[in-house]
Amino acid sequence: MTLEVDIGHALGGFRLNVAFEAPPGVTVLFGRSGSGKTSVVNAVAGLLRPDRGRVSVDGEVLFDTGSGRWLPPHRRRLGYIFQEGRLFPHMTVRQNLSYGRWFAGDGASESMEHVIDMLGIGHLLSRRPGGLSGGEKQRVAIGRALLAGPRLLLADEPLAALDEGRKGEILPYFERLRDEVSVPILYVSHSAAEVARLATTVVVLQDGQVVRQGPAGEVLSDPEVMPTGVRGAGALLVARVARHHEDGLTELEAGGAALFLPQVAQEVGREVRVRVAAHDVILAREKPEGLSALNLLPGVVSAIRAGEGPGMLVSLETPAGTVLARVTRRSAQALGIEPGAACHAVIKTVAIAPEDVGGL
Amino acid sequence: MSWLGPEEWQAVALSLKVSFWATLVGLPIGIFTAYALARWRFPGKQVVNGLVHLPLILPPVVTGYLLLLTFGTTGPVGGLLEKVGIVFAFRWTGAALAAGVMAFPLMVRAIRLSIEAVDPKLEEAAATLGASRIWVFVTVTLPLILPGVLAGAILAFAKAMGEFGATITFVSNIPGQTQTLPSAVYAFLQVPGGEGPAMRLVIVSVVIAMGALLLSEVVARRAATRVAGG
Repeated sequence: MTLEVDIGHALGGFRLNVAFEAPPGVTVLFGRSGSGKTSVVNAVAGLLRPDRGRVSVDGEVLFDTGSGRWLPPHRRRLGYIFQEGRLFPHMTVRQNLSYGRWFAGDGASESMEHVIDMLGIGHLLSRRPGGLSGGEKQRVAIGRALLAGPRLLLADEPLAALDEGRKGEILPYFERLRDEVSVPILYVSHSAAEVARLATTVVVLQDGQVVRQGPAGEVLSDPEVMPTGVRGAGALLVARVARHHEDGLTELEAGGAALFLPQVAQEVGREVRVRVAAHDVILAREKPEGLSALNLLPGVVSAIRAGEGPGMLVSLETPAGTVLARVTRRSAQALGIEPGAACHAVIKTVAIAPEDVGGL
Repeated sequence: MSWLGPEEWQAVALSLKVSFWATLVGLPIGIFTAYALARWRFPGKQVVNGLVHLPLILPPVVTGYLLLLTFGTTGPVGGLLEKVGIVFAFRWTGAALAAGVMAFPLMVRAIRLSIEAVDPKLEEAAATLGASRIWVFVTVTLPLILPGVLAGAILAFAKAMGEFGATITFVSNIPGQTQTLPSAVYAFLQVPGGEGPAMRLVIVSVVIAMGALLLSEVVARRAATRVAGG
């Protein structure tokens, strides 16, 4: 199942010009607000008719200005999870869940029980959306989209309207969706943490243009890609859970290097992805001694990006993968950090929050 | 209602019948018009909006006279309809048409407000779940505007019960045929000793109007709790 998008659209003074391919898995449209992410998803869903272009799912053309083809939204068989849930207030949760199913007829393959069970919404079925919490509403919205038997799931910042605690509650459901349901997902986000946990593929949008697209680990480790600013920069490491220690730490193994993290939920042997924010990484030219930080990765500087202001973003090739570090220009000069220089990356264990760790 | 004389009872029954049909036939047209005005963009929208509201602003006598010109047996529309057996002039159907036209703006306003209060994003969501436009309307829009539709219907019914000027101009004041409750009150007040029957009809009128208002309140409140409730 592949989604192919190539569209152009003018909205007031804003010009959208986007072409990308979304392979199976989770493709995240990543960019700050106003970069055109929602317009792209709406064009795929048929809620926005672009000025020009073509959208196809697995070879079936949904929209093509060349041939004049335009499939209305109700015939596209896509599930859309909106930022604000958009549950029908006059229906019960059960009626909301069955809504798309009824139109899909035989096209709906997911079993109602499985979805209700996976999302943990069995106790809500007879309630109305007005009485649900934000997190519960969003879980029902996920279920409703999924039960309509979609070929592709669209999610437009489904966590943005939730507070931090609720985000952490919903994110695992998207991971389960990615791992347990075969439907590919096009997911819009401006949060680097969400991208790091969910994305198989990342498409970076900036001012209505695609500036980068590719596998998540590759795109996120590139210092040139910081659509949400240097504060959001952070690399993705893939590691295996080696041991859970008694003092509350989990030992991970990545490319022969050991990483210590606060206890993670995954079992020993499981692969996990860990987001290491660039501002949590310290660089040292020599192997530091007598340091409280537990994680020390040797590596070689592969690229440096000088931004505006006093900071720089350094990418370091380590046995565990590419690590991004944000350091001041002053320290970089003092230490002689330049491409090819050998360095040690120091990562504080407690800097990696549980929401930075996700299943793979 | 034995305290009502036969002539008075006839007027009340006729008014109920006229208002019932005026409301029932007007409702689908009203919903359609309100939807078009609330959601569609089309050339001449302001003209349509003006035409809908015209009966509210014009003197009722003028509306009645225009109806007579259009739907009278010699009128362009009335002549055509007469050939297929539909006659409005000096019939109760004419009274219903006059009442319906006069009540139409009130009905459309109430329904239009409730349609504008429905978030189009919910309708979009329904479309992405596979509902065609008609189904979106039936399963999402209509249930959500139901309180507004009922309020509009009740308002239109009450207005139809009280319609006088256009009715008497269009279909006159024939007892048993076109003499509605207000026409009867007027007729009774024209003759000596008519105050008694007139007063009884006034009481009936007040009771029906109050009942309609209370009913619309109850309906609106019940619909609101249904949507908001957990």
